[in-house]
Amino acid sequence: MLTDLISSLPPWGLVEAQMFNGLQQGMLLALISAGLTIIYGTLGVLNLTHGALYTLGAYAGYVAYQATGSFLTAIAAGALCTLLVGLVLERGIIRYYYNRPDEDQIIVTFGLGIIIVEAIRSYFGGMSRNMPAPDWGQGASQLGFLQYPFPLYKIETIAISAIVLLIFYLVLYRTRLGLVVRAGIEDSGMVSLLGVNVFRAFFVVFAIGAMAAGLAGVINAPITAPTPDGGEKFLVYSFVVVVLGGVGSFPGAVVGGLLAGQIMTLTSLFYPSLSEVMLYVAMALILIFRPRGLFGQAGRT
Amino acid sequence: MTATAEQTSTRSTSSKKHGWGHLAVEAAVLAGLLAAPFVLPLISMSMDVMTRSLIWGLFGLGFAILFGFTGLLSLGQAAFYGAGGFLASYLLTNGIIEQTLLALLIGTLAACVLGLAIGLLVERSKGIYFAMITLAFGEMFYHLDYSTLSGYTGGENGLAGVPVPLIGSYTIETSLGMYYFVAVLFFLGYLLARRVVASPVGRMMMAVRDNEERAKATGNATHLYKLVAIVLSAAYGGLAGGLLGIFQNYMPPEAFAFESSAQLLIQTVIGGAGVLLGPLVGASVWLYLHDLLQFNLGLGQSWKLILGVIFVLLITFLPSGLLGEARRLIHWLRARGPADEADDNEAASTVVADAGSWPVDEPTPEYGPVILEARGVSKHFGGLAANSNIDFSVREFELRAVIGPNGAGKSTFFKMMAGVMPPSEGTVHFDGNNITGKGVTRVCQMGMSTSFQINELFDRLTVRENLMIPCLAKARGRFRLDMIRRAERVPELDARIAETLELVNLSHRADTPVSHLAYGEKRRLEIGLALATRPKLLLLDEPLAGMSPEERQNTVRLIKSLRAGRTVIVVEHDMDAVFELADNISVLVEGKILVEGPPDEIRSHPKVQEAYLGGVDA
Repeated sequence: MLTDLISSLPPWGLVEAQMFNGLQQGMLLALISAGLTIIYGTLGVLNLTHGALYTLGAYAGYVAYQATGSFLTAIAAGALCTLLVGLVLERGIIRYYYNRPDEDQIIVTFGLGIIIVEAIRSYFGGMSRNMPAPDWGQGASQLGFLQYPFPLYKIETIAISAIVLLIFYLVLYRTRLGLVVRAGIEDSGMVSLLGVNVFRAFFVVFAIGAMAAGLAGVINAPITAPTPDGGEKFLVYSFVVVVLGGVGSFPGAVVGGLLAGQIMTLTSLFYPSLSEVMLYVAMALILIFRPRGLFGQAGRT
Repeated sequence: MTATAEQTSTRSTSSKKHGWGHLAVEAAVLAGLLAAPFVLPLISMSMDVMTRSLIWGLFGLGFAILFGFTGLLSLGQAAFYGAGGFLASYLLTNGIIEQTLLALLIGTLAACVLGLAIGLLVERSKGIYFAMITLAFGEMFYHLDYSTLSGYTGGENGLAGVPVPLIGSYTIETSLGMYYFVAVLFFLGYLLARRVVASPVGRMMMAVRDNEERAKATGNATHLYKLVAIVLSAAYGGLAGGLLGIFQNYMPPEAFAFESSAQLLIQTVIGGAGVLLGPLVGASVWLYLHDLLQFNLGLGQSWKLILGVIFVLLITFLPSGLLGEARRLIHWLRARGPADEADDNEAASTVVADAGSWPVDEPTPEYGPVILEARGVSKHFGGLAANSNIDFSVREFELRAVIGPNGAGKSTFFKMMAGVMPPSEGTVHFDGNNITGKGVTRVCQMGMSTSFQINELFDRLTVRENLMIPCLAKARGRFRLDMIRRAERVPELDARIAETLELVNLSHRADTPVSHLAYGEKRRLEIGLALATRPKLLLLDEPLAGMSPEERQNTVRLIKSLRAGRTVIVVEHDMDAVFELADNISVLVEGKILVEGPPDEIRSHPKVQEAYLGGVDA
């Protein structure tokens, strides 16, 4: 009986490879969700343009790569483009919604997302675009311990995502700006009374959060070819991640992202067709047993 | 769909219209639906667009109930649309059921069951949580459609060959026949939705939208009313999904996709979520513009970009949607008419009415047995003990005040007595029952109700509609599924509301929206909401907070008049008022009861002076 079970398990090398895939996807989800969650935590806005910003980052990177042939330029272009668009959105429209109900904020960011995606579709068409991995990401590696070689570029995206998340962490927890932002999450009125321009900090946060989505879009472009609707999937995933980890929690987004990555890749090892469904099952379980998420604070909704 | 129908329907939420007015609205909508196939082709709207608009409009009736009336923004309605649609289509296509209406019914019921299951998971959430979780569940079914369920749903192929409608022995073959088939079902759905919205259940939904915590505290099981709204929205979604499959002879897998939920939201917001016909109007506009931009103007793929821009402009400048803004315009035009003067007179008379009308001094009554008793109650927040080991009892008909310096733990104590927050240790007994951990709703139903320090009102309702919420809770209990009768028909409701209006001196403001009230009036309504359930025990948390000296005097008189026949506990900062009002005073310091006794004793008590003045030796 037990031996039957063991023999029916996939070989370890495959499990190992899938776990690495899970880590790669998880880091990407962590990066996207961190952007979503810090915008929500700081501004109280659930930003439904987040998926569109992912797409925008991917296309901006694609255009820059076509023009210069440099992958680093592509990453910079994707980040910068979404940063600027984030600034324009916040200053131009979203700030007028801070005093309107949550639902209105959700609806307007949803509408802005449509505009971004449809603008991309009008210009680039609906077909996917091919973005090759950079020279320094060609080939595969076993990292000295893996049974099967793992694509080098995927390993590098793990590293890039980790570095970006670390920078976010340092900015949020080790700088004056981060202090203002974290205080603003607690009570923005009080921070204003202390003579700090908390709203300036807020629009910087919006731009940084938008940039996180854009960065994820570029670095994932060689793995998943960009399409206009490609970001929508990641918007939904990041919702699940944020619910898993706890809304507004930065560590929650990271842990939730990694968890989501493993759930999807490990399920697909056994029941490929259910890999995404399992993600939602996990979310339902969290909702039943720990509604505020793994890292959410009690009493904050 | 005609202009008259849209505009008259906007009055539907007014509480005063009875009988003929309602019938006139419904007749106008019916006439509009019947006439549309002969009128709308004049602006070159096709039969296809009209029928599709009706299907979306039907889907949207449920969404308007959920989002517009209950305030729950769901991004996962596609789950119900797809589930009901695929089940009905599957039954019909495979010849398991031949009668179209029966298949639609089964599809609708299945969607209801799904709504109940998802609803049980999301009923405690609201706002952005609700939006995120419903979206995720919607996606879950989209993926199930492509994987586990693909044997039934055809996976990415969908279900082709859904037969034309068969009703009895008649089949519906023409597109005009199809339009009327859908129109009849839409109209029936519309009639039901109108009944629901005007029923006590509908009132509870609006109360949840405006202030769920207060609806709870006035004795209503809000999570169950939310569940009803979710299940209703699922029913409408399931029926609309079935009609989609029958109308197209094909059930597309995209019905389950986020695009369905998104399109529903867009159309509803364009038309107006707070109006039942809003989604229908929004769908007509959206689909009409779609055809116009894509085909007539030859914009190809850019049509959605333009509609996206229009959408963002609409929500920025017309947040209530086309129908909602039309309704506001009508109200504004009316308010500019002769009614305006009357309003001003009313406002002016408030000041006069404020002074007086309450009896000056009620004699202190004979006390009854102990009605509220806390035994060894403590509350810890992490390491902080806000209340520790408090014993507290109040006798029937007593007027007790609880005072204490800032940070003494008064609010925590208040919340534990009211059932808003369970104690960490100890028990609370009320009227012979252990109410520890029962929750504020049940406590309110048992006869203890609460008025809060910060006004917790239903901001989009009138004064009368506000008071209707606690009065309905008193008349109907914490939950009742009376969705068909009008709220106004609940026996004795009018008398109860009138009595409460009289007590808090707001009779002349009964039909004023809460947002137009002066602060003092809002404060009195806040107390009125607690009074309207006719509590045996009334808990007042800082009733005088933020009032001018004159308003304070009036409110002190009001509280004195309220004590007739009931027990009152006041938590208050204003020492003069407390000494004037209370029979007995409990002084709470650092989470413990320091002393208790009649006002004279407390006033001169050295410990109290020490606590308030920071110690004699300071």
